[in-house]
Amino acid sequence: MSTRELTFAQAIREALDEEMARDERIIVLGEDVGAWGGVFRTTEGLFQKYGPERVIDTPLSEEGFVGLSVGAAMTGFHPVPEIMFGDFITLVMDQLVNQAAKMRYMTGGQIQVPLTVRATMGGGRSSGAQHSQSWHAWFAHVPGLKVVVPSTPYDAKGLLKTALREPNPVIFFEDKVMYAKVKGPVPEEEYCIPFGQADIKRAGKDVTLIAISRMIHPTLAAAEKLAAEGIEAEVIDPRTLTPLDKPTLIESVKKTGGAVIVDEGYQHFGATAELAATIAYGAFDYLDAPVERLGALDVPIPFTPVLENATIPDETKIIAAVHRVLEGRRSA
Amino acid sequence: MSGKVTKSLPLDTSTLVELYRRMVTIRRFEETIFEVYRRGWMPGLAHLSDGQEATPVGVCAALRPDDTITSTHRGHGHIIAKGGELGPMMAEVMGKVTGYCRGKGGEMHIADVSLGILGANGIVGGGLGIAAGAAFSFKRLGKGQVSVAFFGDGAVNQGIWYETANIAVLWNLPLIYVCENNQYTQFTNWRKLVAGEGLAARARAMGMQAAEVDGNDVVAVYQATLQAVERARAGEGPSTLVCHTIRYGGHHVGEPGTGYRSKEEMAEWHAKDCIVHYERLLLEKGVINPDQLENIRDTIEKQIETAVSAAREAPFPDVSEVNQHVYA
Repeated sequence: MSTRELTFAQAIREALDEEMARDERIIVLGEDVGAWGGVFRTTEGLFQKYGPERVIDTPLSEEGFVGLSVGAAMTGFHPVPEIMFGDFITLVMDQLVNQAAKMRYMTGGQIQVPLTVRATMGGGRSSGAQHSQSWHAWFAHVPGLKVVVPSTPYDAKGLLKTALREPNPVIFFEDKVMYAKVKGPVPEEEYCIPFGQADIKRAGKDVTLIAISRMIHPTLAAAEKLAAEGIEAEVIDPRTLTPLDKPTLIESVKKTGGAVIVDEGYQHFGATAELAATIAYGAFDYLDAPVERLGALDVPIPFTPVLENATIPDETKIIAAVHRVLEGRRSA
Repeated sequence: MSGKVTKSLPLDTSTLVELYRRMVTIRRFEETIFEVYRRGWMPGLAHLSDGQEATPVGVCAALRPDDTITSTHRGHGHIIAKGGELGPMMAEVMGKVTGYCRGKGGEMHIADVSLGILGANGIVGGGLGIAAGAAFSFKRLGKGQVSVAFFGDGAVNQGIWYETANIAVLWNLPLIYVCENNQYTQFTNWRKLVAGEGLAARARAMGMQAAEVDGNDVVAVYQATLQAVERARAGEGPSTLVCHTIRYGGHHVGEPGTGYRSKEEMAEWHAKDCIVHYERLLLEKGVINPDQLENIRDTIEKQIETAVSAAREAPFPDVSEVNQHVYA
């Protein structure tokens, strides 16, 4: 298998390109996704290749173009609306939560909504409180939606291709910090990654670290430093929150006896809570310490870097949490 | 009945009679649900549309079977007007497995995709995005289909109307917005809630064709819709129709609708009853005779009795169904 290095954004773009070539029902729409190529360059060249009928610049009307996407999905297309900043997904909640997620169930299975909503997430760019949030946990709370949170170019491409073949609404979260900064191997050959399969990014026996989306990267860096101390951490990426690969998480903790969960969404009632509960229930008899959770600090995300960085889990906080787990301590 | 065109009426005899049949079917369906509710044969709430029958029937008479509609929480009339069957409708209202949605939707969420009914929506304005999306699909599929969004006077103040209307005009979508203005947004008169001159003026300000229609005149509604449909099929873009009408009952069964509407106001509306007027018109024009009217009404009565008894005898869904149909 021949492999190249692609950025996260290039991997996304390639998945869209390949699937648009394969399936004429797929249309991309959003604010400046067409002629401009997308604010984050994830749709670059698609407008030139597939034309304005399939790569569509919309008015700045998130609810309008996502609502329209739900209806187009119900009548023969697979729309891929882009929410430029994930924070703006708050404008679209009715369309996703009350409409897309419920149509199939509410009609006794008559209606399918093949829809892939691409939204960004993540802080760390001094974008302020309304351009930095990570809202994946909200959608994992809604039956009828699937939620994807890739961490590498390889995963992003394979999972997006799966999303674009799904008959269900999918919310696909892309951490915008990774678009240009994270590069990784992506094979030339076609592949899809099934939903509901966690990936063990690093094997280990002493502690289980579960990280979501971009948090995989500081977690892997932390694992390397821990290895120097003689601690072998297993690092697991759930890759999809709905469906969730519970067995892989539980089996790992049965082996290691402890877990730290890292996420850039808010900690309070966040994704870390559901994962911790999954482990606490599934591996209760094997735990040597309480499960540690590291989410975003529960404050609006500040602008100035010194404060913003204090809200996001990092290598140092992850290592400290691992030490607490291994020593059977609790945080103050 | 012959197929000849009746003088001064824009439809052939059999269609004129069919409009009557559908309006009376809606009226009797709603009146029957009122009884079904009061007898405790259905769970939840019942949102009835008796009084408003001319609007959905007039609109749907101008549509092809492959055109689609989205409906509202007060949607039984839209479903019947687009061809919905009484049996699975009544069963859905009662939460039975033989219902259109296997009892999972309920009286607010009846859908029959095979008839172009893309669901009735419990969110005010909730069908507008879906209808815009259907219109988007139809424009690209190129089969001349049109999409109709039914909504009430309450939805004209929801943001989704403006967002989709703007897009529909910009993209020339074959979309028809049908506002059934039944005068009251729940318990408040629409004039207290709508700034300016109303939705038609707002639509025109966005560059959309718009018309105000007597929503109790089924022929007028049909004619206005036909114009909008012809424009949409010809690629000339969306239209808005504001159909003025009244709901006779309250917001839902159990709320009598008397606390915010005067007897005089309601008496005026009852004097303009859409079915009484249309029946008189058909008799005057010689489209139909009294015996034929009685036959039609008898047939509807039997259909409704059959629907009620079949729905009452039908089983509820097995509890094992509870987690089916979440994902495809």
